[in-house]
Order: sequence, then structure tokens, then C-alpha cells
Amino acid sequence: MSTPTLQHAPAAPQPPKPRRATGGLLDPGMLAGSLPAAVRKLDPRVMWRNPVMLIVEIGAVWTTILAARDLSAFSVLIAVWLWLTVVFANLAEAVAEGRGKAQADTLRNAKKDTTARRLLGWKPGADLSEEDVPAAQLQQGDIVVVEAGQIIPGDGDVIEGIASVDESAITGESAPVIRESGGDRSAVTGGTKVLSDRIVVRITQKPGESFIDAMIALVEGAARQKTPNEIALNILLSALTIIFLVATVTMQPFAIFAKANNPGVLDTTALDGNGVTGIVMVSLLVCLIPTTIGALLSAIGIAGMDRLVQRNVLAMSGRAVEAAGDVNTLLLDKTGTITLGNRQASAFLPVGTTTQDQLADAAQLSSLADETPEGRSIVVYAKQAYGLRERHPGELAHAQWIPFAAQTRMSGVDLDGRQLRKGAASAVAGWVRDHGGVVSPALGDAVDGISASGGTPLVVGEVSNGQARVLGVIHLKDVVKAGMRERFDHMRAMGIRTIMVTGDNPMTAKAIAAEAGVDDFLAEAKPEDKMAFIKKEQEGGRLVAMTGDGTNDAPALAQADVGVAMNTGTSAAKEAGNMVDLDSDPTKLIEIVEIGKQLLITRGALTTFSIANDIAKYFAIIPALFVTLYPGLDALNIMRLSSPQSAILSAVIFNALVIIALIPLALRGVQYKPSSASKLLSRNLYLYGLGGVIAPFIGIKLIDLLIQFTPGL
Amino acid sequence: MSSTTAGIVFIVSLLVALALVHVPLGDYMYRVFSARKHNRLERGIYKVIGVDPEAEQKWSVYAKSVLAFSLISVLVLYGFQRLQDKLFLSLGFAPVPDHVAWNTAVSFVTNTNWQAYSGESTMGYLVQMSGLAVQNFVSAAVGMAVAIAFVRGFARRKTEDLGNFWVDLTRATLRILLPIAVLGAIVLIAGGVVQNFTDPHAVTTLTGGQQTITGGAVASQEAIKDLGTNGGGYYNANSAHPFENPTAWTNWVEIFLLLVISFSLPRTFGRLVGQKRQGYAIVAVMAVLAIVSITATTAAQVAHHGTVPEAVAAASEGTEQRFGIVDSAMFAASTTLTSTGSVNSFHDSYTSLGGAVLLLNMMLGEVAPGGVGSGLYGMLILAVITVFVAGLMVGRTPEFLGKKIGPREIKLASLYFLVTPALVLIGSAIAMAFAKTRASMLNSGPHGFSEVLYAFTSASNNNGSAFAGITVNTPFYDTALGLCMAFGRFLPIILVLALAGSLAKQAPVPESVGTLPTHRPQFIGMVVGLTLVLVALTFFPALALGPLAEGIH
Repeated sequence: MSTPTLQHAPAAPQPPKPRRATGGLLDPGMLAGSLPAAVRKLDPRVMWRNPVMLIVEIGAVWTTILAARDLSAFSVLIAVWLWLTVVFANLAEAVAEGRGKAQADTLRNAKKDTTARRLLGWKPGADLSEEDVPAAQLQQGDIVVVEAGQIIPGDGDVIEGIASVDESAITGESAPVIRESGGDRSAVTGGTKVLSDRIVVRITQKPGESFIDAMIALVEGAARQKTPNEIALNILLSALTIIFLVATVTMQPFAIFAKANNPGVLDTTALDGNGVTGIVMVSLLVCLIPTTIGALLSAIGIAGMDRLVQRNVLAMSGRAVEAAGDVNTLLLDKTGTITLGNRQASAFLPVGTTTQDQLADAAQLSSLADETPEGRSIVVYAKQAYGLRERHPGELAHAQWIPFAAQTRMSGVDLDGRQLRKGAASAVAGWVRDHGGVVSPALGDAVDGISASGGTPLVVGEVSNGQARVLGVIHLKDVVKAGMRERFDHMRAMGIRTIMVTGDNPMTAKAIAAEAGVDDFLAEAKPEDKMAFIKKEQEGGRLVAMTGDGTNDAPALAQADVGVAMNTGTSAAKEAGNMVDLDSDPTKLIEIVEIGKQLLITRGALTTFSIANDIAKYFAIIPALFVTLYPGLDALNIMRLSSPQSAILSAVIFNALVIIALIPLALRGVQYKPSSASKLLSRNLYLYGLGGVIAPFIGIKLIDLLIQFTPGL
Repeated sequence: MSSTTAGIVFIVSLLVALALVHVPLGDYMYRVFSARKHNRLERGIYKVIGVDPEAEQKWSVYAKSVLAFSLISVLVLYGFQRLQDKLFLSLGFAPVPDHVAWNTAVSFVTNTNWQAYSGESTMGYLVQMSGLAVQNFVSAAVGMAVAIAFVRGFARRKTEDLGNFWVDLTRATLRILLPIAVLGAIVLIAGGVVQNFTDPHAVTTLTGGQQTITGGAVASQEAIKDLGTNGGGYYNANSAHPFENPTAWTNWVEIFLLLVISFSLPRTFGRLVGQKRQGYAIVAVMAVLAIVSITATTAAQVAHHGTVPEAVAAASEGTEQRFGIVDSAMFAASTTLTSTGSVNSFHDSYTSLGGAVLLLNMMLGEVAPGGVGSGLYGMLILAVITVFVAGLMVGRTPEFLGKKIGPREIKLASLYFLVTPALVLIGSAIAMAFAKTRASMLNSGPHGFSEVLYAFTSASNNNGSAFAGITVNTPFYDTALGLCMAFGRFLPIILVLALAGSLAKQAPVPESVGTLPTHRPQFIGMVVGLTLVLVALTFFPALALGPLAEGIH
């Protein structure tokens, strides 16, 4: 059986709320603002990290010297555009970093100098003596007290008390959260503000290594290390650069030989007795080496991290973001992630002679004073499905409410000589028998049926006029969040298996797994089981991602390739994971995977685009170089560029402009729709492969049309 | 039947025969390289050379074994040539000059078989048979051994072991090359190829001149020359010589032999990695490139515009009348697509665009289907690079057959890809830069440059065919081309084995729909495209100044 998911349940995929950074991708102001930073990056010691662009810079320097010695419109324009190429590349990085810096500044405001009230010799219940110390001097293990209106001086765990805390400084969420000692909501973050009550906190951070410090370093890109795929891509780009360097440099003796063989041909700007001129040689090299991807590579990486931060996820390393794209298996907790977190009434099954309405009435009456979510849901369901007005406990004057007790495992009401009880099947059946009633076998069938479908049966019994009987069964059911099935389908389309982890028995787990559409489940799971499961998956070469918040999740979070800790969780969990979700939304994991994939796709797409571009540039430059020697080569000038000089200059200008044109794409990431690898590849191949072949033919031709009128060319 | 129809029948029948044979031969090679048992002869050999055939080698040991074996081979071959007047069956020839001997030794050990000498007038029977013919077998076997070790890198998990070089070498020689070569030799003898030990005949020609006709074990060497993609002919005229290749159908047999192992190894690869479809994909990439190349060569030869070609309906200069244009073009394409380098026509006389295709065939790195073994590992390297770029585009760390292509893997693959273009371009640049080295050139203009480019392309890619037109028998060319052959052979081998080592260590990632499928037409197209684009980009300036300058009007 399957009950449809509740329509009014909050939709799982929340659109990301841009909180700190402005969403504008490339406003001119940002570009202009980043210009000084881009120029500062021209320092060769900085450029050294990007070998492709370093080559361009060296070429620009050389071209400038050559142009200064032999001034002409052509040589000056080439030199200028080569410098612009380098500056544009730096601009891409500077813009990406600039967005992070804006966020870092907001965070720094939160990290004000606070004074901590350190407790000396604190023991639970002991008398307190305290001293004031600057927050920066707090050591790991120090105990501090924080009261309403004060700023928490450092990261730590609440060890006494409960308080509401304003964490907007780090999460951007203005609604206060509850932090209390013990349990999984004990972690507090330095820089956040206690709004009410008083808590005692054990500091867990080392001086200068607070969560906010880590966040600042991350968003500023200071702590950014190249990820394995980025390193690999850099190697490939360097190899391509070397090949093209060899191809252009070795061309020189060939060109000299060819020129010498045609003594009648006049020298041109491109070719004289010494072979291809330096300026043209550099132009050819710069056009061929993969400058487009070389220029945008680090911006793509920074922007990828930034996209995570925008979604309020902090990745402790870029490696983790990349691993998220590679994940094969997602471990998702059932409660709170897949289901709404509490069971809800979904059917009333009368037993014996009872009618539906009688049962609904009794169920509602017995639940009126039951403030648990399950109890509330029974009242709500009775109203929705049977039109029973919600009565308030107060309007039934004679009612005596029986609260739930662990011994009886029942709750209910005594009303005008009528006793109603609801609770676990065995408890209510026992209660009915004790009052001389007979429990019909039909009850057993109904209870078993509900259990088999993964639901929880609650039996309602009645003693009325000395007659005890079972009225029927309430079917409580885990309600799967809306939209989860689609999300899991997307995951499956990407080749990712979703595993539901639950403490439920296998039968219940199986039913919910089927309803939610996950691929598999781990029932009656203890923390060790999770750990064992992760290890088993990893043994088979799979990468596993999971979320967790409790201290007992910590080992599994550390073992998983992508461990996302909830910000509400314990510090142990936050330390063990390699990402923290400030919104504490377990479904965020799915978005994280998508961001990881998008990061890799953007790199691959722009690499393909960059290489594909070279074809057109050859068709522009090679005929321009040698057409005077071998007029037949004019057949290769398929763009019909107006002159050799304008052809070379157009290629150089296109090469520089394409960097600027692609900065928004690099920062935003290429469009990503979850689908199979095959489909993704087809789409990206057409767009960036084929597009990369065609675009420069058009672009170079257009630029040529414009610049052919430049005086001096 | 018109000559064009005959040509089409010739080409299509070859392709069909290869398609039919590649499955059983590939399966057979799979069994050879995965068999547990050693036969008595093999056990004897292992005992003599002191090798434990059960011991596995990690990549560095495997590489050292390849290098040690090849070094000893070079030394022995060099010694044979230098001392040939003191050995048997020298036919009275003098010792081979030192730079020629070095060049020849390296040439045969690297499976290049570039011949800076004229075989029948330089070397006696002993050097030809026990020196050169032996290398024809073992240099091919080395290529197969390295390819198999590389494939093991994909097939195995969490291990350092890549197999045992000595076992792979012995089995490739004794169980694969020898039996097929014997069969091939018998077929060729039946077709009229000579096989004797007679002393040279001195005959008076029709015009009254004197000519010495040398016999020899030609058929046996011919078979392994083609089968092992060696290419070193018994006679200087190579497969254009009527004693080596008398008829159109021996021509068919020879082309078949030089393609058959390289086209079958992808099947072996598919079996070894346990996914036949991966083997089909690799063979499909090879086939697409080969068919495009054969078509382009033939088209350039048949449809060339020029006074003489138009008068005789095709560019027939430099081709043997008994083969005709199409069969010659097919041979030329096949020999440059593999690392064979034997010729049945004069490549230098090809139309400039036809010649450009032959050059491009080698510049591809000889992967379609390439030399025995080297073709497979070269193609797999291209597949690895393609997987890297394509893999990123599907949003995962790129993986090929479950093995991740990370920084170390891409470093080795990129270096592999760098080696031969760098050798070709730098070698040609040096040769063109100095008046002294340019003195070897007999032609000037773009064609003269094409000849130099061809020589370095052929040597660096271990092909061995020549455009001729340059005096290569000089200390510079012998040494430089010898170095190109040695680096062009052994640097890639070391890189391939290192890559195999790091792949074998990994535990494979299980396949899912999120994995880039590497067996679909989509991927096949990508490998073809990436290969063509990368190679075209690398060599475009050089080609523009050579064959394109000459050929585009």
C-alpha cells in the first residue's frame, strides 16, 4: 500500500537564498574594482603558479621590447593585446577572489574582540569563581560562561544550561536556534550571540583556529589548494603548451629555409630573411597554447567553492568538493532527511462492529491532550478525513486526561464513565482483557498488516458501561518529504545509489525505502553498522557521502569520502566531517554533489573549447605567414581575412576577448542537468567542442572586418 | 574488371579478412598471455637465461628487463656487423662502417628497420639471418610484451605485478610470431618469393651489362618483416623487388601480414580486461582512422591533377606496374599506419598530398593499427587522454576501465604524447638549421624539406620507410636518426610501463550510468577527433611548409 506524500509538506529543494554575496555575476563595477588586483598579479612570482599565462606574459614582455625597437601600428597593437590577455586572465581570478573577500569581510565583523568570562575550577554544581580574559587567549579545554546579550568567545560545546543563540553572523539565518548541553545540539560557534538564558561552554578550538577563522580563510581563497583534478588538468595544459612551443620554435629553421629558397619574395612584417618575426612568432604561440582554460582555471575553482558558500555549505578542502562529484553512494538518514521526522496518522481501521466514525471520534478524543506530533496528527487527520471539529480539552469539563506512562504504554481519557485508551497493540489488548473484554483475532490481522507496510499501529480500546472492547487501529505512518523520489531518480540517472539509514526494523525500512524510491536501505542501523557499510563500499572502489550530526556519527563522517556535518551538531561531528552545512539541512548533500559535478564539467568544457579554438586560429595565422612564399596557401585562408597583419591581430584579439566573454561562465559554472554520462557528454561536446570549433571562425572574421580599417595596418 | 574495381576488391577483401581473423587470433593471443603452463622448450630457455618464469615483476623491473634485453641486442647486432668479415657466410663483404652499424643495430632492435644501407650489397647471410631476422622476431615480441603488461595494468587490481617480461617475450616469439611467420613464409614461397642459400649469380643483362643477383632466405625474412611490422627488406628495393613480392596476391598476403597482429591485439585487450566491447571500441578507432587514411591516400594518387598523372589517369610514378596505383597506395598507407616501413612503391614519388597523408599516418603516432604492441599501447594512451578531457565533461574524476586518471597518470600519458612530436620537430629543425646538415639534401624547396621531415618522422615513430632524396648515410643522419629511433622507442615504453604500474595499484571504481561509457560510437568518435586535432595542431606549421606548400595550388 502506499499513501501519497502530504501535499502541504514543505518542498524539499529549497532555492538557495543568496545571503552574503550579491548575486550579480559580472557587473562592470566588479570588473573595474578587481582591475588593480589583476594588475598586481602581473608579478612573475605570482604568475609562476600558472605556467600557461606565464608564457603569455614572457611573450608580452618580449613583444613590447621588439615593438619599442621597431614601432609600427601592428607591433604596438599586438603588444597591447598580449598584455590585455594576461590582465584578463588575472581579472578572472581577481573577480572570483573578490566575491569571496566580500564574504570574508562580513565574517570578520563577527569576529570582534570579545572578552571571555573564564570559570576557574568548574565542576557541575560547584561554586563559581570567574575571571575576564580576552577571547584570543582562550585555550582548548577552558570553561567559559555566557549570558544573554553576550557574544560566545570561541567554538565549543555547551556543558551546562540551555540558551537561544543568534547565529546569523555565520549562517545568515535570523531566527535564533536552541543550544543545550548533552545531545546533538551542544555545539556553539565563536562570534555568535546568546539571546536568552545562560550557558557554560567548554572551548574546543585552539587559539586562532576558530570556525570563523577557517571560514574566512576558505572564502578568501587563501587556504585554497589545487585539487587532484585541477593538478592533472594543469599537467595536461602544460604538456600542450610545451608541444606548441616546440611546434612554433622549430618552425623557424623551416621558414628560413623556405624564405632562402624563394629569393625573389619581399620581406613582410611576418616573415623576413631571419624567418618569422618575433612578434608574429609570439602571437602564434599565444594563440595556440590553451590560454582560455589556463586563464580561467583558478577562477573556476574559486567560484566552485563560492557556490557552496552561497548555499551555506563550508567545504574544508577543495578535494572534498571534487570528491562530491565522484560520489557513488549517498548515505541518507531516514528521519529528517527522507521523511518529515515524525509519524502521522494516515488511516483508521475499525475492528469488529465499530464504525469508521466511532473509531475516528474515539481516536480524536483520546488524543486531544496528547501534545506529541503523533497525537496532533491524529486530531488533524480526524478533522481532515472525517470532518470532526477539533475539540479543546477545556470544553470537556468532566474529562480526566490520562497522560502517557512508560509502565502502561498508553494514554487516553476518562469521560462520563467511558474510558478510552490508545497505545501499543499489546498494551491496549491487555488492558481490554483485564476489563473482561475479548480481543478479536481481526485486531491481530490489522496490526500485522500495518506493521508489514512499514507503519506503526496504535490500538484504541474502550471500556463503556463495564464492557471492554477494542475499537480499532490507527495507522501511523512515516511521511516521505515531497519531491524526494524525483531527487533520487535524478541521483540514479547520474549513477549514484542512495542508501537510507534507519533504526527501524527491516520490514518498516523496506516499506519506506520503496515509497521514497531509494535504492537500498540499512535497517536497525547502529553507528558501527554505518561505519562497516562505508568501509565495505570503499573496499569496492566506491566513494561514499553522508551527513551526520551526533558525536556517534563522527567516526563514520571521518571515514566517508564526503562527510557533511550539520551546524547544529556536536563539535566532534563538525571536526570529523569535511564539510559543514550551516543550514543543517541533510538534503543539501544532493546539491553538494551537483556542485561538485558542475565544477568538473566546467573545467572539461572550457578545456575542450580552448583546444577546439586552435583550429580556426591556425587557419587565420598560417596562411598569413607564408602566403607570400607559397601563394597556394591562400586556399587555407578560408575566412578570407583582409590582410596577413589583420589576420594575426584578429586572432590575438579574439584570443584575449574570449577570456573576458567566458568569465561569467567560469564563475557561474556550465549548466548542469542531472542525466546520464552519455547524455551529458553529448550535450557538452556539441556545445563546447563543436561550438569551440565554429565560434572563433565567426569571431575572428568579425574582428577582422572591424580592424581592417585601422590606419597603419 | 577495371583497375579501380580491382583495387576496391583488393582493399575490401583485405578488410573483410582482417575482420574475420581478428577475433580468433585475438582470442588465441589472450590464451597465450594468460596461460599458466610453460612448454618444454620454454622451460629450457628460462633455465638457460636463469629466469624464474613464475616470478612476477613490478613496472620498474619489467622496464629494466626490456631495456637490458634491448641494450644487449644492440651490442650483439653491432658486433655482428663490425666483425662480419671474420664470421661465416659473409659473402666476402667488408665490416659495416661504425655509424651505419650503430644506426642499423638500433634500427632493428627498435622495430624501426630504417635501412641506411643496401641490404644485398652490404650484409652477408649470417648477419641478415641470425642478426637482423632474429631482431625482426624479438623486437616485435618486445612491443607485444609491453602492450600486454600495460593492459594488465588496467585488468589487475591492487597489485604491483605486471607479469614477467621474459615469459611474455618468449611466448610472443615462440607461440605467436614463429608459427604465423612459418605459415606466412610457406604461402610466400608458394607465391614465388625466393628462399635459398646459393652464392650470388653474376648474369649478363639484355642490354649487355653485368648484374649480380643475390639469393638468400628471403621468404622467411619477408614473412616476419611484415608480420612483426619491421619492414627491413632483404633487398634495398624492399617489397617492390620481384624476389620479395612477385605478384599482386603476394602483395595482398604481405599487407595482410603486416596488419593482422596489430588489428587483433585490441581483441586480446578486450579479453584481458574482461570486456570485449572495449576491445571492439579500440579496434573501431583504429579502423576508422585507417579507412580514412587509405581512402585519402588512394584518392590523392588516383585523382591528382598534373600533366603526367592526367595523361596516364593516375599518379603512377614510382609504383610497380604489377601492383598498380590502388594496391600500391594501400600498401603505402598500411606500412605507414603500422610501424612497418616496408615499401612496394616509392613514397617520394607520391603526389604531395598523398605523401602528406603518409606523413600524417606516422605523425598520428602509428596507432591505426600501429606496430605490433606499440600500436595498442599508443592507442590506449590516446584513449586515456580522451577519457581525461571527456571524463571531466561528465562531472566525475575521469576513469578508464574503472581506473582513475589522476595527476600521475595524466603526467605519464602527456609525456608519452610529447616524446615523438618533440623528436620529429627538433630533429628536423636541427637538420634544416645548418648548412652542413642541409648538404645531405638532394632536393630544395618544399619537397626537399618534406624529405627531411619524413626521415625524422619515420625514425622517431619507429616506422623505417623513407622518402629518400637525402643522403642519410652520413655520420649526422645515422647518429641523429639512431637517437630518434632509440628515444622514440624506449622513452614511450618506460612511460607506458610506469603508467601500467600506477594503474595496477588502483582498485577499480565500479561502473554506473554516471561513468563515461568508453565503448560507444560517441567515445570512438571522440578519440578519433582528439587524435586528429592534436596531431594536426602539432604538425600543421611543418606540413604547411612542406607537402601543403607543394600540393595546394
